[in-house]
Amino acid sequence: MSKLTDAFKNQKAFIPFVAANDPDFEGTVNNVVALAKGGADIVELGIPFSDPIADGPVIQAADLRALKADPDLPMDTIFDMVKEIRKQTDVPLAFLTYLNIVFQYGYEAFTARCEELGIYGLVIPDMPLEERGELAPIAEKHNVDLIPLVTPISADRIEKIAAAATGFIYVVSSLGVTGERSEFANGLADLVNRIRKVTDVPTAIGFGIHTPEQATEMAQIADGAIVGSACVNIVAEYGRQAPAKLTDYTKQMKAAVNANPVR
Amino acid sequence: MTELNLELNKNTSGRYGEYGGQYIPETLMNELDRMTKAYEHYKNDPEFKTELHDLLVDYANRPSLLYYAERMTKDLGGAQIYLKREDLNHTGAHKINNVIGQALLAKHMGKTRLIAETGAGQHGVATATIAAYFGMECEIFMGKKDTDRQRLNVYRMELLGAKVHPVTSGSMVLKDAINAALQDWTKRVDDTFYLMGSATGPHPYPLMVRDFQSVISQESKKQLKEKTGKLPDMVVACVGGGSNAIGSFANYIDDPSVQLVGAEAAGKGVETELTAATVERGSDGIFHGMKSMFLQNKTGQINPVYSISAGLDYPGVGPEHAYLAKTGRAQYVGITDDEAVQAFEYIAKTEGIVAAIESCHAVAYVEKIAPKMRKDQIIVCTLSGRGDKDVASIAKYRGVDIDE
Ligand SMILES: Cc1ncc(COP(=O)(O)O)c(C=O)c1O
Repeated sequence: MSKLTDAFKNQKAFIPFVAANDPDFEGTVNNVVALAKGGADIVELGIPFSDPIADGPVIQAADLRALKADPDLPMDTIFDMVKEIRKQTDVPLAFLTYLNIVFQYGYEAFTARCEELGIYGLVIPDMPLEERGELAPIAEKHNVDLIPLVTPISADRIEKIAAAATGFIYVVSSLGVTGERSEFANGLADLVNRIRKVTDVPTAIGFGIHTPEQATEMAQIADGAIVGSACVNIVAEYGRQAPAKLTDYTKQMKAAVNANPVR
Repeated sequence: MTELNLELNKNTSGRYGEYGGQYIPETLMNELDRMTKAYEHYKNDPEFKTELHDLLVDYANRPSLLYYAERMTKDLGGAQIYLKREDLNHTGAHKINNVIGQALLAKHMGKTRLIAETGAGQHGVATATIAAYFGMECEIFMGKKDTDRQRLNVYRMELLGAKVHPVTSGSMVLKDAINAALQDWTKRVDDTFYLMGSATGPHPYPLMVRDFQSVISQESKKQLKEKTGKLPDMVVACVGGGSNAIGSFANYIDDPSVQLVGAEAAGKGVETELTAATVERGSDGIFHGMKSMFLQNKTGQINPVYSISAGLDYPGVGPEHAYLAKTGRAQYVGITDDEAVQAFEYIAKTEGIVAAIESCHAVAYVEKIAPKMRKDQIIVCTLSGRGDKDVASIAKYRGVDIDE
């Protein structure tokens, strides 16, 4: 079974995100290891892209910081970061990036490296269901799940997307881009129920979650919660001191997703 | 003028060989699908076509002239040169052809708000114009660097009732304005239509924009036939995203005797970093919703681009151009800032036409190639816009200080 699906077994999953090369090579390794130490069930590692159209200001800024440090930041350097990470933790990893990065490295070569290093999934916001075909068979061959996104306005696409999913399904909490929010779209529970009618592949809600209360609420609806901008903010604020903070935050959020809601 | 044929393109799949597609976030997929279906429906709808026709004629001032540039022809001493005068359209460029079509579609889809990106401001002005005409809300996204250097166009858009958002993310230029417009659209798809300014982006934009701009070659073919009884030997147009060029080529693609040439902005030179010559310098990639050719680094990060012409300053090219380049049906040549500025001055002095600096990239190529062609051969060159907007920056380029 998919290592990513496994992470949801018998519990709600907490999935934090940080951007690679933010602040640098070593910082990335330390941040991911810190998230794993705090109890992250899956860590999403963002591969910086010059034009992250699905991301809000916080993650955009992280991508820019990462690329400013090294404008040519080769994909092989990021794979080397993962190699270092793998010496310290076997936490399931997934990459979040844009399709051009994968396309330039070559679909075959990229997913082969992923398999070798234990990157079990790819979240690619600019690869909708209709465009999966060029990558899906190659990714499958290398046991890399393509994590689809489902949104509050996916409507009759929900079932089609869910039926093709492996790993887990990324449920987008609200319209727009990533970033911290105080309100979420109505009907998330209906959305998740529609997915569950079609597949056993677990769901995780992301886009805008930052407080433990929100994490608890979202984990009541879905099988897990994804937190990006809040983690990236910690990295931006604390720099070299971020790892300890990330571990604490993850402990708190991990407890929150598995807590009983206060009614 | 006969009605515009919106069914010239039999391939409506959104793929041009391996290029094209819809590489766009899930949030926008239903909306793109609705747009595709609406366009497929309305392009066969007699009422829509009549409305489009009337707007093109009565509002945009079509057909545009096909003008025999006798002085240029004589001076260059080779092929006969005809200029397709898109600079004489309302708002002063070919952009109006596309915004009329898309805004009309938006209206029929029940949309009340238009958003658009703009670089120099030409497409923003055209969009603000048509929004005023239809009484629609209008918001324009424009890189902060561009709002600073094109203040006159910002004011012009505001005068037309649009709200202009300076975009401060990324490199604060055209590609960032597109990113911001796409992001705004994901937040508000219900009442909003994203009016894309070139033959770029996800399907159905490259198809729609090509169809709406194909009015250029539908007219030029007929006009040249009336004047000379012949087809042109060569059609030349400048290429930013590629809308005026694809419109200039469209009706000739199936005429193998007609050579199609796109003039790209080489900036300081195709071999330098300060260039926007996508076809010559770029490589295949996936960005802004399409698989096409882009200026990018080895990892796949999109490069900053440069040209004296803000309208050609885009790191990609529409997918159909990538296909025409790959198959060899069209050729793409880089024209430097220096060559374009020289052409700007040349056409002003020989023909009395102040043409847009974008268009002057095409004119510069004509200056090079016409003398090498026979006198019985014919070139049709598209003048995509008028050059009033560029006068100040050309003066600056020449080191002339003029009070604004
Ligand atoms: C006068 C003029 N010509 C050409 C262009 C380039 O666009 P395209 O390649 O889509 O025709 C622009 C863009 O702003 C323009 O204003």
